[in-house]
Amino acid sequence: MQNDSIFVLLADDDEDDRLFFKEAFSNIKIKTIVKTVDDGVELMNYLTQTGNKLPNILFLDLNMPRKSGMECLKEIKKLEHLNDVAIAIYSTSASEQDIEDTFVKGANVYIKKPHDFATLRNLLEEVITINWHYQTSGLNRDGFLLSL
Amino acid sequence: MILKIQIDINIVGKKLLEEHLEKLQLDFTLKGIGEVEINQSISSAKLKELTLGLRKYGIEILESEKDILIQKIKDAIIEMVYMEDKLPITSSVSSYLSDKLKYRYGYISDLFSNITFTSIENFVKLQKIERAKQLLSNSELSCSEIAWKLNYSSIPHFSSQFKNVIGLTPTTFQRIIKKRREARNDE
Repeated sequence: MQNDSIFVLLADDDEDDRLFFKEAFSNIKIKTIVKTVDDGVELMNYLTQTGNKLPNILFLDLNMPRKSGMECLKEIKKLEHLNDVAIAIYSTSASEQDIEDTFVKGANVYIKKPHDFATLRNLLEEVITINWHYQTSGLNRDGFLLSL
Repeated sequence: MILKIQIDINIVGKKLLEEHLEKLQLDFTLKGIGEVEINQSISSAKLKELTLGLRKYGIEILESEKDILIQKIKDAIIEMVYMEDKLPITSSVSSYLSDKLKYRYGYISDLFSNITFTSIENFVKLQKIERAKQLLSNSELSCSEIAWKLNYSSIPHFSSQFKNVIGLTPTTFQRIIKKRREARNDE
């Protein structure tokens, strides 16, 4: 189990952000498989279609056209088959209020998008490592909150 | 009357494995004799259920020696962090672990770092914060009582390490958990 790769899904409408994100994951220690979708509608279609592999962790941009990250978060929390998916908010805004609101609505992680690549890589590595501990060490997910 | 029976052990084994894995709704691939790949993460509860279910039929799940030792290290740390009394101070964690596991600390420490991507010190820190989170959400203990119980030198030290690890202060954490519960109860 220790050597399994982690399946990471990102929903973000910004093409550059998606590219940076993928690139960042290609040089971290833990093995990952990264898939991206372009917005909230595409995300929810993917998550609700039977037979699709569910992510271990989902990164969710808050500001997306068609369906916002917040709307996705609310829908996801109502779907029982997604209970085990850790949710990381990945956003440009980082007001205390946004952070607290998303945590209350059930997000596990809040990351403010950094401006440089090295920081992004380190942040993502930290999140994945901690998430990995939650997956393998039997920690209680209810208390999984992390703000970076 | 005596019935003559021919049993193909390979088919029996394969079917038994498949049935048990399917019962636990696991996505898997049988990889020849004696190896199954689980295509998803598996909770330790499910793994235990699988192990016990198969054991009746004389099928054992083998783990590597190293994996077993890693598990023992984790168990020892968790047991330590969840002790009812006050925790040993951080500097004596190494002797606590080497006494308990009967290995040199340098050996277990290197092994742990190589396999789990994190150091023992970090894992202890993480577990202490987990315990603090649990106490903050489910007990009536105050921050200073929690800081004392988990052997932090002071409340500011506890608060800053908490904030350092999860990015929120103990008070904010407590407020979020409380609001989440209220929101759930409203539904």
